[in-house]
Amino acid sequence: MNHIKRRKYQNTVIIVILIVILCIYLFPIYWMFATATKTKLDAFSLPPKWIYRPIIDNFKNIFIAGAGGGALGEVKIATKRFTWSLFPHQLLNSIIVGFISTGLAVFIGSLSAYVFSRFKVKGEGDLLFIILSSRMLPPIVIVIPLAIMYRVLNLYDTQIGLIIMYTVFNLAFAVWIMRSFIDEIPKEYEEAAMVDGYSRFQAFFKFVLPEMGPGMAATAIFSLIMAWNEFTFALLLTGERARTAPPAIAHQLGTAGVNWGQIAAGSVIMVVPVIVFTFILRKNLIRGFTFGAIKG
Amino acid sequence: MKKHKSFGRGVSERALKIWFLVPTFALLLFMIIFPLIWSLYLSFTKYNAVAAAPPLFVGFDNYARILSDPDVWERFIITGKFVGLSVLFEFFIGFGLALLLNREFKGKGILTTLFLLPMMFSPVVIGKFFSFILDTNWGIANYILGALFGIPKIAWATSYEWALYSLVITDVWIWTPFMLLLTLAGLSTVPGYLYEAAEVDRASGWFKFRYITLPHITPLLILALLFRTMDAFRFFDVVYVLTGGGPGSSTQILPYYIYKEAFQYWHTGYSCSIAYIFLIIIIALSNIYVNYLNRVRTA
Repeated sequence: MNHIKRRKYQNTVIIVILIVILCIYLFPIYWMFATATKTKLDAFSLPPKWIYRPIIDNFKNIFIAGAGGGALGEVKIATKRFTWSLFPHQLLNSIIVGFISTGLAVFIGSLSAYVFSRFKVKGEGDLLFIILSSRMLPPIVIVIPLAIMYRVLNLYDTQIGLIIMYTVFNLAFAVWIMRSFIDEIPKEYEEAAMVDGYSRFQAFFKFVLPEMGPGMAATAIFSLIMAWNEFTFALLLTGERARTAPPAIAHQLGTAGVNWGQIAAGSVIMVVPVIVFTFILRKNLIRGFTFGAIKG
Repeated sequence: MKKHKSFGRGVSERALKIWFLVPTFALLLFMIIFPLIWSLYLSFTKYNAVAAAPPLFVGFDNYARILSDPDVWERFIITGKFVGLSVLFEFFIGFGLALLLNREFKGKGILTTLFLLPMMFSPVVIGKFFSFILDTNWGIANYILGALFGIPKIAWATSYEWALYSLVITDVWIWTPFMLLLTLAGLSTVPGYLYEAAEVDRASGWFKFRYITLPHITPLLILALLFRTMDAFRFFDVVYVLTGGGPGSSTQILPYYIYKEAFQYWHTGYSCSIAYIFLIIIIALSNIYVNYLNRVRTA
């Protein structure tokens, strides 16, 4: 039929247009990867070198103090001795803080989410609003009193301090999204167990928690990404010791004098895990961004 | 009825409710509510967090100063302009892309996910790299514009005319996927038989769009707009790395202005009062948002 043929043809054209738009749209990411694999000279050359021999030196050099000068390390010192730059330490901080705070937020958040999903709680609407508000709060507002508080409590520039902060920040998210996951688990699970003589507490850990696994995994990946990307708290609540990677990358100053290859390499290291995680999450993205309101 | 004698046997439902809620609210109380109350107090004082002097109570002085200071109003206007422009562009571009993507084809999932990537990245890392891309002399953006369209070099992040727009461009790049995601979700809820019925009636494309598509996706569009508006108000990371609020104060949107006052000039008390005014705007927006969220909740 001519009609169907035309529609098919139209579809193909639109898909081609979409691919072209996508290529333009993701060009900055391509450029990040390209810059990361170029020599310092090539990174700055205009017209740009579209064809070049990719190198991995930038990825090695960001881990070595003084290599290549500037970005993410110290200024070049005439020494042959190998010393680590600050970057591996900062990455490790990011990983430690990210994983621990995610674990805590998902666990604590799931407990509360269970109560909100299964029981009538007095003032439920208000409580949930307070929880979500803590998430909507601009970090810069809350960080002013927190910075003072952290100094008093000796939490400033400690991993624990940042872990607590990220736990709180992800907690709101975890409660809301886990509530939507738990809503999907039939009540019969624990009701049957309770008829069998388990208390609800036991039934929760024995029968409901295992069912929450996939939801918790999705929530955890979301929280991990948020902790991994977070900047404001990391900038203002840490100094040298507990600093994570995002503020470290931010603080490579200037333009012309800076080794952009190394900054790009650091950025690629920040971006690649997120790409992998996004593909794992792709069925849950809509749920995550609407705090569980839309299941997608 | 047999009893399972083991850990947690004696926990009553009431106790469970309490123990499952306490950790969450203890953390919120300690880390959010208490600091907010403290900063409310500080907003009525003259105080420098790094000086030895204790906070000096000054009543409504800070607030009076803010509301009568044209510089502050200018920042409000810059912020409004930034938020308005960003959200508007994101809305239309995201909407357009969603309409294009809303069809069945092989590889749709992968293509869509690739479109969604930018909003998952660290804004500060993106902002940092955009400062390289948008650099006047070394940036690829100016090179491409020059080579393709013969446009002379633009000082994106460093000139009064363009700095705010370079923030808008970066924000649009990062957050258009959000609009795309929500519009797509909305489009997928439109039942196909409505289109088929319209087809039978030989309805025009515009008619189908106006009377079938639009009514179905409006709730999600409003949700997306509300969320983005609120989120754009918190935009800080990119400003920090891309323009640093400059040149002059031309890109000092509110979060960055508060940061400057609080952590560069150490006007702790004063910055708390701006933060509070800012907070009231955000809370008002988030109140509307949450109410709406509960309305569209798909159970």
